[in-house]
Amino acid sequence: MKIHKYDTVIVGAGGAGMRAAIESTKRSRTAVLTKLYPTRSHTGAAQGGMAAALANVEEDNWEWHTFDTVKGGDYLVDQDAAEILAKEAIDAVLDLEKMGLPFNRTPQGTIDQRRFGGHSRNHGEAPVRRSCYAADRTGHMILQTLYQNCVKEGVEFFNEFYVLDQLITEVDGVRKSAGVVAYELATGEIHVFQAKSVIYASGGTGKFFKVTSNAHTLTGDGQAACYRRGLPLEDMEFFQFHPTGIWRMGILLTEGARGEGGILRNKDGERFMEKYAPVMKDLASRDVVSRSIYTEIREGRGCGPEGDHVYLDLTHLPPEQLDAKLPDITEFARTYLGIEPYTDPIPIQPTAHYAMGGIPTNVEGEVLADNTTVVPGLYAAGEVACVSVHGANRLGTNSLLDINVFGKRAGIAAAEYSAKADWVELPENPAAFVEEQVERLRNSTGGERVAELRRELQETMDANVMVFRTEQTIKTAVEKIAELRARYKNVSVQDKGKRFNTDLLEAVELGNLLDLAEVMAVSALARKESRGGHYREDFPNRDDVNFMRHTMAYREVGADGTETVRLDYKPVVQTRYQPMERKY
Amino acid sequence: MATPTMDKVEAEAVSSPYITVTFRIRRFNPEISDAAVWEDFQIEIDPKERVLDGLHKIKWDVDGSLTFRRSCAHGICGSDAMRINGKNRLACKTLIKDINPDKPITIEAIKGLTVLKDLVVDMEPFFQAYRDVMPFLVTKGNEPTRERLQSAEDRERFDDTTKCILCAACTSSCPVFWNDGQYFGPAAIVNAHRFIFDSRDEAGEQRLEILNDKDGVWRCRTTFNCTDACPRGIEVTKAIQEVKRALITRRF
Ligand SMILES: Cc1cc2nc3c(=O)[nH]c(=O)nc-3n(C[C@H](O)[C@H](O)[C@H](O)COP(=O)(O)OP(=O)(O)OC[C@H]3O[C@@H](n4cnc5c(N)ncnc54)[C@H](O)[C@@H]3O)c2cc1C
Ligand code: SF4
Ligand code: FES
Repeated sequence: MKIHKYDTVIVGAGGAGMRAAIESTKRSRTAVLTKLYPTRSHTGAAQGGMAAALANVEEDNWEWHTFDTVKGGDYLVDQDAAEILAKEAIDAVLDLEKMGLPFNRTPQGTIDQRRFGGHSRNHGEAPVRRSCYAADRTGHMILQTLYQNCVKEGVEFFNEFYVLDQLITEVDGVRKSAGVVAYELATGEIHVFQAKSVIYASGGTGKFFKVTSNAHTLTGDGQAACYRRGLPLEDMEFFQFHPTGIWRMGILLTEGARGEGGILRNKDGERFMEKYAPVMKDLASRDVVSRSIYTEIREGRGCGPEGDHVYLDLTHLPPEQLDAKLPDITEFARTYLGIEPYTDPIPIQPTAHYAMGGIPTNVEGEVLADNTTVVPGLYAAGEVACVSVHGANRLGTNSLLDINVFGKRAGIAAAEYSAKADWVELPENPAAFVEEQVERLRNSTGGERVAELRRELQETMDANVMVFRTEQTIKTAVEKIAELRARYKNVSVQDKGKRFNTDLLEAVELGNLLDLAEVMAVSALARKESRGGHYREDFPNRDDVNFMRHTMAYREVGADGTETVRLDYKPVVQTRYQPMERKY
Repeated sequence: MATPTMDKVEAEAVSSPYITVTFRIRRFNPEISDAAVWEDFQIEIDPKERVLDGLHKIKWDVDGSLTFRRSCAHGICGSDAMRINGKNRLACKTLIKDINPDKPITIEAIKGLTVLKDLVVDMEPFFQAYRDVMPFLVTKGNEPTRERLQSAEDRERFDDTTKCILCAACTSSCPVFWNDGQYFGPAAIVNAHRFIFDSRDEAGEQRLEILNDKDGVWRCRTTFNCTDACPRGIEVTKAIQEVKRALITRRF
């Protein structure tokens, strides 16, 4: 075991982690621990764009953007945070441009903007061009640009280090962050990083679903590490299902395709979104579009022999426009489906896409231990966190924005805290938990296989807690997850070595997915209403009287060692917008 | 759009034709042996699946110790460049049906970088060469309050080289790099090109000086391996040629 000492440690080198690192490295001695090489992070997969009311191509302002964000989130958004997001969006985009990001340009040479779902002028009047973009590889450009600037600033990375535990020490009755424990992939060595502040920026947790746009590595490690140490997770029942994933594979086809004029059609060729969202049509909010697709499929208007998908039709758009604006996604259709999007419609289905919930933070990125108490020295930003700017449903282009705005805020806040705070002593045997976990898995002779348990988990999640949920389906999932958690105790790995043991790490990641799936299902069961991404067929309406509040889930360990999820609730911060019915 | 009927994708999907394929994989694990060996695995797979899906089938159902890097699974993160049937490709962007599954499919680590285990190589020298070319925008004078202006044409000038995902398929397909690991390699030059031809950048001269080095662009012998290997379709050789020309004319 090795011990390192840094002022600030950042967990994750995606957009949020690197944006934080650029600020924090200037102000404090910083280490970035990342399980992937920075440029492999899933921010690079983002396609469509990043929202900001620059008003470069038409009238727009941050107040309209705030409203759209609040409405898009079905009024579960903390409105003070949404205001910050929309206001600071403008500088966030300009910062990236100054760092070198090659945005598409208008004829005047300014940053070009395009339409995206749920973004409107004047509180829902009509779609507005608010998304700043670089073809359909905006996330790639953000990730590259941030990495380039990390190289420029001399940011110190520990690549292929997996953070597996959060260290907390109680000082005078206050639980403070003391550092993290990481596992080095190349050698199997365990490293303890003592730090005055720690920022989690470890991304989402989509891999508990089967059909998903998320990378294999998005296994919620950060959420799980904090949860296991008694910290709450907020709004975990809210997961976004993006309407247009490639049929069966889940690979994302950006909403920008519909922003450019693409149309969803059922087997009769009908533009069915006209029925469900007369004004915004194909560009209604994602939860609305995903439910509409499944309604078409359930009512027998799905395409294909099994009637299990619909079409994204781009055939009426000029090939030059597809080449210029959507080169990557049209190539995905060619590579993975053998389809020519110039002439053929693309089979799509909703795909599990984005975790609205996560580690609760305030607007400075400080992690909360309950509804109000901050954990000194602990921060989170990006998809791992829940500020909450996305509420019950995130608007497209608001996450690339979130990682930049709150990544920067967390980076500054953590480094400033490091500059004035004292060192917190490490707990006794700081690496004990990880050592025990790793050794148990390495030495286990149990008969359960990681791949089998993961498959069963993904199947039950897809079948029971996806776009449509009922008490019965969620209970089925809860029971199945409990069974899988029990079986997980008997899981064994074949690779017993130290060097690049990805077999072992997949087992650890599965453990995290199982913990988080349980939290999600239990939170969803208790929310007896429909709001944003959480749709209960048995409670199809939003219930503001009982449920306009955030879920806070805590891990409870009974005297006999049994683990349960305890739920509590937190009020939503409302400033200027009263909840209204959500129509598009 | 014409009335959708069963299109070709779906027509094929009905009779989901699994086939048996042999993956012949170059295994190496110094914890077990200093020698690398070829090992055959037979798998049942739909030929429309990716080579990466085949590797996962082996790892998940047959031999958990098979080791490779991967993340996004759709050609965007650059993790899984490997030599498949003797050509550098991304495993997640190569469909089984496109590489003649009737014969054993050979899979080995990319060349020119030290193999650490199975298909995993040491990427550090690759990233070091990248960092050495100053891969970031350099500007002088005061920052403008709004964005810097750039015409759509100026933006287009370096579009091709912005697509790079740092997968190393090009560099590790280059015979010059195999013989001399000191050569910067195509990927680093591609990333220098991305800034040299960006109208906003003011460090072109410095970058050109770096690439004028004995291990710089002049080592390129224009074999086009890199262009063939690039999974992003970047015209790598052309980019290197443009950098050479800029060195001669100092115009960019
Ligand atoms: C296909 C796709 C398209 C999208 N398109 C858009 C879009 O157009 N606009 C938009 O606004 N949003 C989009 N999103 C959402 C957005 O891209 C993501 O939410 C966002 O990029 C997440 O960034 P992040 O920095 O939080 O996490 P990531 O980029 O996922 O980075 C996570 C980092 O954490 C590290 N990590 C994870 N676990 C550990 C561990 N245990 N130890 C150490 N390090 C760890 C990883 O190595 C990685 O560096 C899209 C998402 C997807 C999947
Ligand atoms: S130029 Fe192409 S092959 Fe080379 S590293 Fe970049 S993406 Fe990979
Ligand atoms: S796994 Fe990301 S490029 Fe292949």
